[in-house]
Amino acid sequence: MIPAIFVFLYLAAVLYIGVFAFRKARGKGEAEDYFLASRSLGPFVFLFSLFGTNMTAFAILGSSGHAFQNGIVTFGLMASSSGLVIPLTIFFVGTRVWALGKKHGFMTPVQMFRDRWECSHIGTVIFVVQATLLVPYIIIGIMGGGTTLNVISGGAVPFWFGGAIVAMVVMGYVFFGGMRGTAWVNTFQTILFLLFGAIAIVVIGAGMGGFKSAATAIASSPLAPLLTRERISPYYFFSYTFIPLSAIAFPHILIFCLTAEKMNHFKKTVIFYPLCILAIWLPCVFLGVMANRVTDVPQIKAKQEARRMLATQGKNLSPEQRDELREESAGDDVIMLLLQRYAPLWLAGLLGAGIMAAVMASDSQILALSTMFTEDVFAFYGHKNRFGEAVQINTGRIFIVLITMVAYAVALRAPETIFELAIQYAFSGFAALSPLLIAAIFWRGSTKWGALASTVWTAAAVVAVALFQHLVAAPAPGPSIVVWSLGGTEVLSRTPGGTAVFGFMPVVPMVIVSALLMVIVSLVTSKPKQTTIAKYFEVNR
Amino acid sequence: MKRILLCLAVVALYVLHQDIWFWRTAYPLVFGFVPIGLFYHGCFSVAAALLMWLLVKYAWPGHLEAEAQRKEEPKH
Repeated sequence: MIPAIFVFLYLAAVLYIGVFAFRKARGKGEAEDYFLASRSLGPFVFLFSLFGTNMTAFAILGSSGHAFQNGIVTFGLMASSSGLVIPLTIFFVGTRVWALGKKHGFMTPVQMFRDRWECSHIGTVIFVVQATLLVPYIIIGIMGGGTTLNVISGGAVPFWFGGAIVAMVVMGYVFFGGMRGTAWVNTFQTILFLLFGAIAIVVIGAGMGGFKSAATAIASSPLAPLLTRERISPYYFFSYTFIPLSAIAFPHILIFCLTAEKMNHFKKTVIFYPLCILAIWLPCVFLGVMANRVTDVPQIKAKQEARRMLATQGKNLSPEQRDELREESAGDDVIMLLLQRYAPLWLAGLLGAGIMAAVMASDSQILALSTMFTEDVFAFYGHKNRFGEAVQINTGRIFIVLITMVAYAVALRAPETIFELAIQYAFSGFAALSPLLIAAIFWRGSTKWGALASTVWTAAAVVAVALFQHLVAAPAPGPSIVVWSLGGTEVLSRTPGGTAVFGFMPVVPMVIVSALLMVIVSLVTSKPKQTTIAKYFEVNR
Repeated sequence: MKRILLCLAVVALYVLHQDIWFWRTAYPLVFGFVPIGLFYHGCFSVAAALLMWLLVKYAWPGHLEAEAQRKEEPKH
């Protein structure tokens, strides 16, 4: 229970930061101050808060859990590809969105799209799709919070209660502190979980008697493929380089890009982003793999046993039994189990707080949804002019409470592991929306109809993948179920981990078709006025 | 010329991410415990940071800041 006390102290600290930010903002009462911290973040807070907002439960719990099951491939799949693609998108797109936001006063991506393409209801459609895709991301945070508190307290805090506490704390500091509170908390959290990786690897390494013997033992055992990528197809690996395109299309990341005081503040973020990813993901992935050598933690043994059953007897089991075994073998809590086993109690508590820091990064998504609702719906449909800015901010606060409650209710019922839920819905969907942003900023010829076509395609594709995976049960580990083949080529398959289209993850065709639709439909539809286009392309030379 | 070289560097790094040459082997274990595939991608992340530094140094879109200061509308 001692580690849980550290975590509760941490939760109190972040809540206080939110209240402190609230006091600092007292009297300002402007929407731009509450939702964007008056576009005044300095370089240090901008770097850490932008990075922190993109590192969720997924970074520590999801990565180590995925590595426990799949091996070192996890790092190449998500970390190193993100380390290249995300800073590139911040460099090319983030800086331009910042400049346009500063010049024209935009607070959300949809505001920019509406102005750029002279549209109103199409902007509302984009808002609905963005908001729907963002909710799973918030759910991940709550699920991660529930799992973390449950494991750290040794089961004394049940999952539902842990999730509720995390939801309440996040809701509290976002409600009071707005963007300023969220950015400060994210900065504090990022520092904590950057320290976490280094301390965790030293403590667990010492506890295991060094990693050399563990790595050598895995390499000469049936688990050896975990140290290579032989179980993963190169197509699948390549597909993952499309996923980080989602980062810049996530409204909370784009809205964060608007908070920098100066454009120069982007420089440190762009350069240090790959190194921050390295510092967090490398230890987590490595420890996730090494957890397979731990033989004296019953929970880890049970996971390995479930995995073995799935591999050897999976074909003879029903889909429900396979799903049950998949849940039992999920490794989202392995890193905490390792800490419990190898770290002294007080240190396990501190490190638990570090994990909690990563888990609670759903704050900026909640704030982004609230900003989008109040600006793209409430203000756009005339309510800001009618009721004033104070009512707009309070509407945003009510929205924060409602969205947190909905996300919590779903988190209690969601059966997927943290990693799968994030990848299959939110990340792929936002990656497919990235052509909208690129076309708006870089292509004079893009039109609102092209944007609508890409958005509708994205929504339809996400629903289609979800339906397909619901209707065709995942096979046991091994060969995929080929649902549609053409001339001997596998077009559509159900794999143990998801869906494959021509061997690629669905995100690849989703992004390519979205980009094609943007181009083709824009070419045959009428363009915005020249004066509107000029507004964008005199900034974006 | 500088821009072409930077574009080529971005494309080259993207291609280098697909390191099929370390696909099926864990050896050598760097420092005795880090599989070569993992070590490679750690180095890849450092190379990405270096590339970003080059982009910031030689291709920074500094004109955007000056343009942004010339506000057209107070608020949307």
